[in-house]
Amino acid sequence: MDFLEFTQQLVNGFSLGSMYALIAIGYTMVYGVLRLINFAHGDIMMVGAFLGYFGMAVLGLPFVAAVLLAVVGSASLGMLTDKVAYKPLRDAPKISLLITAIGISFFLENIFNVLFGGTSRAFPVPEYMEYIINAGGIIFTVASLMVPIVTLMLLAMILWVLYKTKYGMAIRALAFDVNTVNLMGIDANRIIMIVFGMGSALAAVGGIFWAVSYPSVEPMMGVLIGLKAFAAAVVGGIGSVGGAVIGGFIIGFTEVVVVAFLPEYGGYKDAFAFVLLILVLLFKPTGILGINFDKSRF
Amino acid sequence: MNIVIRKDQWINLAIIASALWFIWFASTHFDKYTVRILNNIAIFTILAVSYNLINGVTGQFSLEPNGFVAIGAYVTALLLLDGDAKEYQYDIEDPYPWVLGLQANFVWALFFAGTFSALLALTLSFPVFRVRGDYLAIVTLGFGFIIRILAINNPEITNGSLGLNDIPEFSNLYWTGGVAILAVIGILNVVNSKYGRAMKAVRDDEDAAIAMGVNTFKIKTFAFCTSAFLEGVGGGLLAALLTSISPDLFTFFFTFQLLIIIVLGGLGSTTGAIIGTVLVIGGAEWMRFLDEPMNFGLFETPAMPGMRMVVFSIILIFVMLFAREGIMGKRELTDLFKRKGKK
Repeated sequence: MDFLEFTQQLVNGFSLGSMYALIAIGYTMVYGVLRLINFAHGDIMMVGAFLGYFGMAVLGLPFVAAVLLAVVGSASLGMLTDKVAYKPLRDAPKISLLITAIGISFFLENIFNVLFGGTSRAFPVPEYMEYIINAGGIIFTVASLMVPIVTLMLLAMILWVLYKTKYGMAIRALAFDVNTVNLMGIDANRIIMIVFGMGSALAAVGGIFWAVSYPSVEPMMGVLIGLKAFAAAVVGGIGSVGGAVIGGFIIGFTEVVVVAFLPEYGGYKDAFAFVLLILVLLFKPTGILGINFDKSRF
Repeated sequence: MNIVIRKDQWINLAIIASALWFIWFASTHFDKYTVRILNNIAIFTILAVSYNLINGVTGQFSLEPNGFVAIGAYVTALLLLDGDAKEYQYDIEDPYPWVLGLQANFVWALFFAGTFSALLALTLSFPVFRVRGDYLAIVTLGFGFIIRILAINNPEITNGSLGLNDIPEFSNLYWTGGVAILAVIGILNVVNSKYGRAMKAVRDDEDAAIAMGVNTFKIKTFAFCTSAFLEGVGGGLLAALLTSISPDLFTFFFTFQLLIIIVLGGLGSTTGAIIGTVLVIGGAEWMRFLDEPMNFGLFETPAMPGMRMVVFSIILIFVMLFAREGIMGKRELTDLFKRKGKK
């Protein structure tokens, strides 16, 4: 491969990886505090993308306002699912929580399917984002440059919240011991709700980026993207926000590189994340930056 | 030799005999539509009791049925179709020579379908059960996707997204009902064996089970492979009932239906799984009206395909939040006859 082609794919991988990373952060944070694979997370991303679509196509809002609408809407939805569906089951066996999560996921997919139809709708991408930049032979759109930059900014923000604020300290403490956190006078349920809100807000941004890059939205889009983002979270080390970002980039890059250089395996594009997940579980279950929850809990 | 049959064994024999009589009665007296629903119920009974083994009895949340059912269906279809029939319908790519050569009778086809599924389950167990946590759910969810991707991308074997057609219709109520009875007996024997007790121990307290010397990896793998075997067989019966299969048949909705069945019936109860099957499969037929246009007198709603699934998911969430035990809880039919305190 020549250098130019490689750099081109690097840019594409960066953009795709950022989207996975944004969604993976939500998985990893919820897993951190609740030990729950939130199956509905991918669908909350889908709702975010749909809200962005409605903001722009129906209400005629400018892009930034539509993003805000999507972020606020998804965050509220995330907190609502926690309050309605997960909170009553805090003391129930884990399997009940997982089944409820699957139920929420299926509900969101199908209610959107019933209300808006299963066909994909074209996303009204603002013109300036489709502007093509040609930097010495490397061709990319403004959108694919914007995605990684915004992702890194949001990541910096999340890390600041996690490590420099009281709420962040509570979230990190919650990952270790819920009972002690309660004893310290912290309302664990409120912190968990904040985690859901933060994760869902990031997922909404990821969903809108997805809708901008592959300009369409459809009710089932969250399933596969969510699955890959979860794989990213495990590859990076579940429970670790930095790990989720690294995992997202790894999955994004592998996908782009394999499709670009082994086009005959293009049909298997969606399977790579899964293969990577299996390999990580086989050889390093804690992931790249992972914490061993089995040990830290006791 | 003196064979003594205990009272509860008489009850079991009576249940089996009446089930067999019902199968005979239904296939000679009922109309085609009813028999078709009964066939579905029988196949879903096989799937539900085996799915319940890993989810309900062993307590490992898994989302595998659609993957293994697809494997079983494809293996059976490839073994039942003869070479000419295959050559005729492979439109996308020419089939591999060995695909044309695959041939077996129905019993062997079902057996191979189950065995192939179980072997795949065994390979999946190594990455999944070595680590604690809920990776089984996500890996099996991904597995279902991979199977679909493989089926679509290997038209030389599976005829791609067109699927396989004109599969000989071997399944009838004797087959589906007979296998269902065998599956239920088999699963009940597993549950009541020492392996079954170990499975329940893993579900209730994994640490305590380890401390008592239970090899949890082995027990989970055993439960998972048994489930996969029966799901493969169920998939084979399904293929021979529907006579045509395609990758789109085995989406996640398939698994979701089974999940509702076992949750509604009561996680961990085989009787519950059977009751759940009858309710959900029968109910799904009845609820078809939800997808169609409705006239409320004052206003009329348009046709809403997918409304049934919304209702299904609401039922699932509702049961989980307010009636977590389902209909049977962890009890079996025989437990209901036992008097309290009598062991």
